[in-house]
Formats: sequence, C-alpha cells, structure tokens
Amino acid sequence: MAKVLGAVTVNQERCKGCDLCVVACPTKVLALQPKEVNNKGYHFAYMQNPEACIGCSSCATVCPDGCIEVYRVIVK
Amino acid sequence: MTIEEIIKPENRVYAKPRLLNDNNMHYCPGCSHGVVHRLIAEIVEEMGIEDKTIGIAPVGCAVFAYNYVDIDWIEAAHGRAPAIATAVKRLNPSRMVFTYQGDGDLAAIGTCETIHAANRGENIVIIFINNGIYGMTGGQMAPTTLEGMKTSTTPYGRRIDLNGYPLNITSLVAQLDGTCYVTRQAVHTPAAVRKTKNAIKQAFQNSMDGKGTSLVEIVSTCSSGWKMTPVQANKWMEENMFAKYPLGDIKNTVKQ
Amino acid sequence: MKEEVRLMKGNEAIAHAAIRYGVDGYFGYPITPQSEILETLEAEMPWETTGMVVLQAESEVAAINMVYAGAACGKAVMTSSSSPGVSLKQEGISYIAAGELPALIVNVMRGGPGLGTIHPSQADYFQATKGGGHGDYHLIVLAPSTVQEMADFVTLGFDLAFKYRTPAMILADGIVGQMMEKVVLPPARPRRTDEEIARQCPWAITGRPATRKPNVITTLELDTAQMERNNERYQRTYHVIEQNEVRYEKFMTEDADYLIVAFGSMARICQKSIEEAREQGIKIGLIRPITLWPFPYQAIKELSDKVKGILVVELNAGQMIEDVRLAVEGNLPVHHFGRLGGIVPNPQEVLEAFNNKFPDAKK
Repeated sequence: MAKVLGAVTVNQERCKGCDLCVVACPTKVLALQPKEVNNKGYHFAYMQNPEACIGCSSCATVCPDGCIEVYRVIVK
Repeated sequence: MTIEEIIKPENRVYAKPRLLNDNNMHYCPGCSHGVVHRLIAEIVEEMGIEDKTIGIAPVGCAVFAYNYVDIDWIEAAHGRAPAIATAVKRLNPSRMVFTYQGDGDLAAIGTCETIHAANRGENIVIIFINNGIYGMTGGQMAPTTLEGMKTSTTPYGRRIDLNGYPLNITSLVAQLDGTCYVTRQAVHTPAAVRKTKNAIKQAFQNSMDGKGTSLVEIVSTCSSGWKMTPVQANKWMEENMFAKYPLGDIKNTVKQ
Repeated sequence: MKEEVRLMKGNEAIAHAAIRYGVDGYFGYPITPQSEILETLEAEMPWETTGMVVLQAESEVAAINMVYAGAACGKAVMTSSSSPGVSLKQEGISYIAAGELPALIVNVMRGGPGLGTIHPSQADYFQATKGGGHGDYHLIVLAPSTVQEMADFVTLGFDLAFKYRTPAMILADGIVGQMMEKVVLPPARPRRTDEEIARQCPWAITGRPATRKPNVITTLELDTAQMERNNERYQRTYHVIEQNEVRYEKFMTEDADYLIVAFGSMARICQKSIEEAREQGIKIGLIRPITLWPFPYQAIKELSDKVKGILVVELNAGQMIEDVRLAVEGNLPVHHFGRLGGIVPNPQEVLEAFNNKFPDAKK
C-alpha cells in the first residue's frame, strides 16, 4: 500500500503562536515552541513530531497568517 | 525519506496565495480575518479575476485589508461600503466588486446601506465578519453581541431591556428580493474553511454573472475582545454563537 | 447633440449640462428646491444615450459615498442636494478631499438652520468655503448668478476638479435653481473611455492589471509624519488654486465711490440697486465673487483703496462679510445687509439699506 509522507514549513516571523494549527492537526505533528520566540515574542509553531505528518494541509487551512507551506510525497 | 527530501518545490501541495502579500498582518493571534483574507486571495487567483476584482474595505479591524491582498481597494467611511460598491459596480459593470465588513460597520452604522444595496439587487458581494463585538475600538457591544455577553460597554453582560436583542441581519437580508445567495459560514475548522471558500467562490461568480446581491456571513471569533485564547474562542463560538447564528445556506436562488 | 438654445430652470440646466459634459454618474436624493436635477436626469434617460449612470440613492449620505466611489474610479461623478442634505454629505466630502479625488457637488441653498425653509438662502457660505466637514481642506466653490452659469459651471467645476484632483462645489441658491432663463447648452462630448481614464488617472481604481501595483484609495494614515506630509501636499494644491483660479466680475466700479459685494442671485438684484442709485447720483459699483473659494481678496483690496465704504449684501446674517473685512484689512467701513428665513430683498430695499448705512453718500 502506498504511504503518504508529509512535512510542513512554518514562516517563523509571520507566526503569532495562536495554536490553531496545533489543534487542527489530526496526527499531532505540530506544537508551539516551548521556550524559543520570534522577533515579535511569539512562541511559533514547529513540527514536534514530523514523522506523523501526512501532508493533509489542515494546519495551513486554518492558519490565520498564511505561515504554513505543506509538502507531500506518496511512496509506493 | 528525510524531511529535507520531502520539502522540495515539486512536492509542495499548499502555500499561501501569491495575492496575499508578505506584509505581516496587524490582526491579533488567531483572528478569523486572516483566514478570510487568504481565502479571498486564493479565490481571486483561482478564478483568474485579479484584474477585475475591486475590494471595498470597512472601518474596523479590517480597515487595513488593502495592505494584505494585492488587488485594487477603496477604503470606505464607516458603514458606507455597500453604497460605494454599488457605484463602483454600476460604473464598471464588468468588474467583480465585494465589500468586506464587520458587524458594527454592516449591522449598526451601515444598516441602511446594507439593506438598500441588497434590496436593489446590486451585483455585488458582501462579506460579513460577525464576531459580536467591536474589535478595533477595544471590545464594545455590537448589534450582534449575544444576550449576557460581556463587552466593555456591557460590562455585566448584554441586557435585552437596556440594549435590545442581538440583530440577525443576515436572515433579514435574505428576505429581500434583490439577494440571490445568503449564507452563514465559519472558519474554525479545516472543513468549515473549505465550505466558506466554496461559498465565497459562488458569491463571486454570482457577481460576475449579474445574479443579484450575495452575502456571506462568517461567524468569527475575537479572542482579544472576548478575552480568551484563540482555541477557547473557537470553542465558545461553537457553543454560543452558532446557537443564535446557525451555519448553512439561508437562501440560494442560483442553480449550481 | 449640438449647441442648443433653450428656456429652462437652473436646476434643469445643470442636468442637461451634466449629460452634455459626458458625466459618468449622478447619485442624488430628493430635496427641495433642487429635485428637478434628479427628475430631469431620470426623464432624459442618459443611460440609453451616453451610458451615464443615474441613481436615486437611499440617502444623501449614501449618495455622496457613491460619488466618492465613482471619483475613486477616475469617473466624472456628481451629486446635488440642498442645505440640510449637504450637511449630511459633509463627512463624505471630507473623504473626497482627503482622497484627492475630483468630484462635483451642487448645493441649491435653502434657509436654515435645521430643517429651515424651502425658500432661497445663502446661509451655507461658511459651510462651503471654510471646510464644512472635518479636517483641513477646501472645496473650489463656484457661485452662479444665472441659469447660463448653472450650465457653464458644470463644465468648469469638473475641469477644475480633475485639474487639481479636488472636489468642486456649485453653491447656488433657490432662486437660481428655480428661475427660468435662456440658456445656451454646450455641444455634447463623449464620455471618456476606460483607456482614457487609465491614462489620465493612473491612480484610479480599475481592477489591477498585471502591469501595475495595486491602487488603493484610502484616507487613513496612522503614521503621523506621513499624515503631516499628506496635509502639506493638500495645502500646496490649495495654494496653487488660490494663485490661479480666483474668478470675479466687476460692474461699474471704475468711477465708484462705494462698493457693494454680493454673490449669486443677490448680485443680480444689487445690479438693479446700483442702477437706481446712479439715477439718484450715488456712484456705487459692484464686485461679484464667482469663486467664493478661492476668494478674490486682492481684487477687493485694490478697489477698497478707491472707495469710501463697502456694503456686503447676502441672504444670510453676515458670512461673506468676514472675508471682505479680511480683504480690506480695516481700511474702511464694511457694513452688512441681509434678509433671513428665505426672504429675498428687492433692489429698493437694498438701496434703502445702503442709504441707512452710508447716510453721507447722498450728500
């Protein structure tokens, strides 16, 4: 069966750490940086659990700031 | 396969639309405005109408919409966007003209313009962000504020005897013969965002096809005004706002 | 349509002149004594001939914002109203000025304040020339005294508005709006094409072609330094207008011992007063400001050196007199005569007032 591998990038300076992508992710890939902040002081989102990503774009769909790009590869 | 191998241009399945420019949006974290701005940019790109689209920005938080979506914009006086859209569309019938308004702009100071533009059946789109509060001025009561909801001008909660009832303006507009498509949506989940995108797309098509006025209400959050986290605000919206403002099409006279 | 001689009301002349000028849109709301402008346009159905949009809006507020919108698109657009309605338009006019947009606003004045009366007045002089709405701005204000000027000032108003990217106002009164006179209507010219608008108004909202950046018409600027620069730019434009666009008319001023200053319909009445005065041996001249802003300060100052006194005659309690006094800088007595509440004085009444104010003139 084909396996879907996904990954996302987060524009750290655009991200405001609103947490909505974290909640929207069905496979618990994303989290907010617990300590690190961007230039505006926000704890930005990152892939805490990257191997779980299926590239479904749910995070990018709910992101209010257009920070997230989604990549997907189907491995047969 | 490593993450670096996945993150390559040929594997990209989602990126912010080109028309949503790189300016950092001034909205608070989690604000629904950002999602709707992005959807507008996506739809205009997908429909190939960026040379035909004219946006009318309101007074309120979305006053700076023109800083983020790279189309031609006119910034309206408070509440007057439907009158402005009326004239722009009448003088430029081949253009796709939409207003972008909040609940104070559309349902309080601009009620007259909203009702009459819709009643004339102007071939415009009204995008209505309803979060039940005045965001830009610091969280005052809006016409759509729910009963009991605390705002800076209803610090003990909205009282019907003092402040009247929450105004369901979208249902009111749906009764007007000039409207062809009136719908209420939200952007709190991926599925809701996709439905909203389809709704706005249909509304834009109606404007191009000259079918009459389309109004897309987006029940939204204002986490700063509501004094909640964005995640809490979404939950509160589902539990409270949707009871008074249920999602779904209210009117659609256009065959799809 | 060729040049044509017609008999019509001043209000009707404005409507016909607008169609012939190639106006793109008129947005109005009924109010006495100017409703004939909207009525005439609806009857002429110019959308069938020139493509001009005519719309009866839901309010004066909506109408002026439609004008703001059309002007933002680089179109030649106008509205008309009368005093209470023009008060409602003030916010929109301020936006049009701040947006540096060309537009024409017609005020056929009636008596105020409040709902006032439907009878003629000139009591909106302050409102028209000193701002009216909020912020530091000016309108180019044209004061017609004949039906011919009602027609001519549509062309002049739009030409100046587009030349300086600023709103212009025709400040008429109920007399000029309602009276019938011979008028020569200009030959019709075509409305500008979208290509011409895009070329002449590169700032216009047209929908963004791939060849340019987005155009935005906004009057909001939170950066105070930039907002000051914006204001300085407005003021530079106003200064150029003050240098180049002052218009006035003189009548029998060459040998005058006294001067009457009056505008609009009052200037016509005062001409007759002056003729009667001269039969009695009193040499009065008249200066009629045609542009109330920019005001002919210099012309009045020059004449003030040659006369003994000035009477300002207006259908108000004394508004333009303030500008006349500024012009003469205290050099000589300046008196006022006006009737209020919609009453229009006859020439004898004006002359009687003059004799009361300047008893030495007869000697």
